[in-house]
Amino acid sequence: MASQGNQQQLPSGILWLRENLFPNWWNALLTVVVVWLLVELVWRLADWVILDAVWGAVDPEGLVPYDEQWRLLLSAAVVVGLVIVTMVRLARGSALAAVWAVGAVFIAVIMWDMVASIETNASPEACRAPEAGACWAVIGDKYRFILFGRYPFDEQWRPLLAMVIFIGLIVFSCLKLAWKPWLALVWAGGLVVCAGLMYGGFWGMRFVNTELWGGLPLTLILSVVSCVLAFPLAIALALGRRSDMPIVRAICVGFIELIRGVPLITVLFMASVMLPLFLPSGVTIDKVLRALVGITLFAAAYLAEVVRGGLQAMPRGQYEAADALGLTYWQKMATVILPQALRSVIPPLVNSFISTFKDTSLVVIISLTDLLLAAKVSTADPLWRPYFVEIYVFVAVIYFIFCFSMSRYSQWLERDLARGQRRDARQKVAVMARSGPEGGGA
Amino acid sequence: MSPEHEASAPEHEIAIQLLGVNKWFGAFHVLRDINLSIARKERVVVCGPSGSGKSTMIRCINRLEEHQQGRIIVDGIELTNDLKNIEAIRREVGMVFQSFNLFPHLTVLENLTLAPRWVRKMPRKQAEEIARHFLERVRIPEQADKYPGQLSGGQQQRVAIARALCMQPKIMLFDEPTSALDPEMVKEVLDTMVELAEEGMTMVCVTHEMGFARQVADMVVFMADGEIVEMAPPEVFFTNPKEQRTRTFLSQILH
Ligand SMILES: Nc1ncnc2c1ncn2[C@@H]1O[C@H](COP(=O)(O)OP(=O)(O)OP(=O)(O)O)[C@@H](O)[C@H]1O
Ligand SMILES: [Mg+2]
Repeated sequence: MASQGNQQQLPSGILWLRENLFPNWWNALLTVVVVWLLVELVWRLADWVILDAVWGAVDPEGLVPYDEQWRLLLSAAVVVGLVIVTMVRLARGSALAAVWAVGAVFIAVIMWDMVASIETNASPEACRAPEAGACWAVIGDKYRFILFGRYPFDEQWRPLLAMVIFIGLIVFSCLKLAWKPWLALVWAGGLVVCAGLMYGGFWGMRFVNTELWGGLPLTLILSVVSCVLAFPLAIALALGRRSDMPIVRAICVGFIELIRGVPLITVLFMASVMLPLFLPSGVTIDKVLRALVGITLFAAAYLAEVVRGGLQAMPRGQYEAADALGLTYWQKMATVILPQALRSVIPPLVNSFISTFKDTSLVVIISLTDLLLAAKVSTADPLWRPYFVEIYVFVAVIYFIFCFSMSRYSQWLERDLARGQRRDARQKVAVMARSGPEGGGA
Repeated sequence: MSPEHEASAPEHEIAIQLLGVNKWFGAFHVLRDINLSIARKERVVVCGPSGSGKSTMIRCINRLEEHQQGRIIVDGIELTNDLKNIEAIRREVGMVFQSFNLFPHLTVLENLTLAPRWVRKMPRKQAEEIARHFLERVRIPEQADKYPGQLSGGQQQRVAIARALCMQPKIMLFDEPTSALDPEMVKEVLDTMVELAEEGMTMVCVTHEMGFARQVADMVVFMADGEIVEMAPPEVFFTNPKEQRTRTFLSQILH
């Protein structure tokens, strides 16, 4: 056919377009409509988010002055470029991370002057203009409260530093070279330093009670510390649930099913209201600590089921080989079974971590000012009341950055761990070629 | 019996002893009154039709399966529910499985050094020396840093043999070590086993490789329906079997 000949000459991109987007008239129509909708949506969003947005009183109207707008457009272009690079997989793994890091630094540099002026000049007046888009000035005014809650204003460098240490610890733990027993010590040290910074009370740092902790540091503390503690607990529970000892098994099953049977809110509520009833009067447990315990127990129950899934998927031969070599139960678990079982459940594990990270926002019910509650409180300012959407978008972006990084990391980790252990395709062919049809039995 | 062992204590002359062993899987009677005594340095080949309980029997020897009646004494230690005894026996008994059961997340060298380091508390360097020595012996020293998934079936099984040998066991159990292999890989594994036999390792081997049985076995045990039907040196077993069931089996397997 004639079209056959044509297709041969067309570049593969156009071929792909024709086959996937324009194979017949109704699909073509659908494609056109969807593309039009997308363009419209992106345009309006860009309008609201960037072009018409009020960034603070950079000029008296709060709009970005005409000869500064290139900064916004260039940043937007860089972001689009980064997204495209990611989507078409031009770069992967650490190269991709590096590309993003360079992009982020670039944006930070070109935006710096503008953003620096936001904080000092923020005023809601400019946002009231009828044609104004997003009112980012509200973030400039409120970000300290959103990020740090009611932590004393002059001392907020401390939670900031604690947060940086915390994120540093997390990033460091993500590197495979850090997967050694001493990592536990690094964490212990890091947590002590963070606690010292947060509490203070020495070296001229004012003592700050946990009542005043809040914002992103609190969210990070609650989620990371409870995940770190819940993980070993979950492994113990999962092993206990598969144990031969009936009492151990019953306790583990009972705990897991009980916790899984109730919502986190209930667990938090129990931890904060019921727990004190069981304690002798006069003994009080810190509210943050109570929340930590509640979230840890809750996360542990879910993680335990994930780990159990991994254990169940292990072939029996692995247990038998380890037994036959004389490894004790704990040696067998630590060196043979768990490394493989945990590896096989990385995606659901990370899924649980992400849920836990987001679930920490439920601590509002025991009135801890985490990131979300801090945001909610800042929307109550009558001066800025109409601009709660911007505040929630800001918070959503923060949550998204953390959750998305976790998810990307888990995907990378999964691929990375699988690499090397698999026989690559070329070798397989070679082996198949060697095995001839006839062979001499004994 | 070789002369250098005459001095050792009498119970140590016998490597493995099964006395009236019975085992059930639920209501199913898998092992019926098994009596078997294997001397040190003796090579025993176990054969029999599928489902006759061969695997179950040798898996009882290192307690991968629990027997319910009778006594099993390995290297002078009786198998009871005492974990100490079980661990002591497993240290002295190496096992090679039909499906290799290498640890896929560890390199070949790590597979080999794992048990010596954890169970024998050997320093890493020494364990690696021993591992390389045994890799040399099974003729794949160049594969030390690969993962099991990157090796051929025959190479994997030789790694599995080397892994068991690294614990320097007194007894080796083989459960159909060649039956998951492509025909051209069977020989390389059998050669390794023959060498091991010639060095005087006590071996119990479930296999249908009758050539191997003829070449190295001191004794061939024929099992059917959970019983030991016949037990004889290979010359007698292959040329002049007493039992009808043995004859039927041999005619099937030797064509
Ligand atoms: N864990 C188990 N639970 C229940 N029945 C089992 C179990 N393991 C084995 N059996 C049964 O016990 C019998 C003997 O099994 P075994 O594996 O010892 O046979 P085998 O002689 O090794 O056979 P093959 O040559 O096929 O390996 C079989 O009928 C099998 O179905
Ligand atoms: Mg079998």
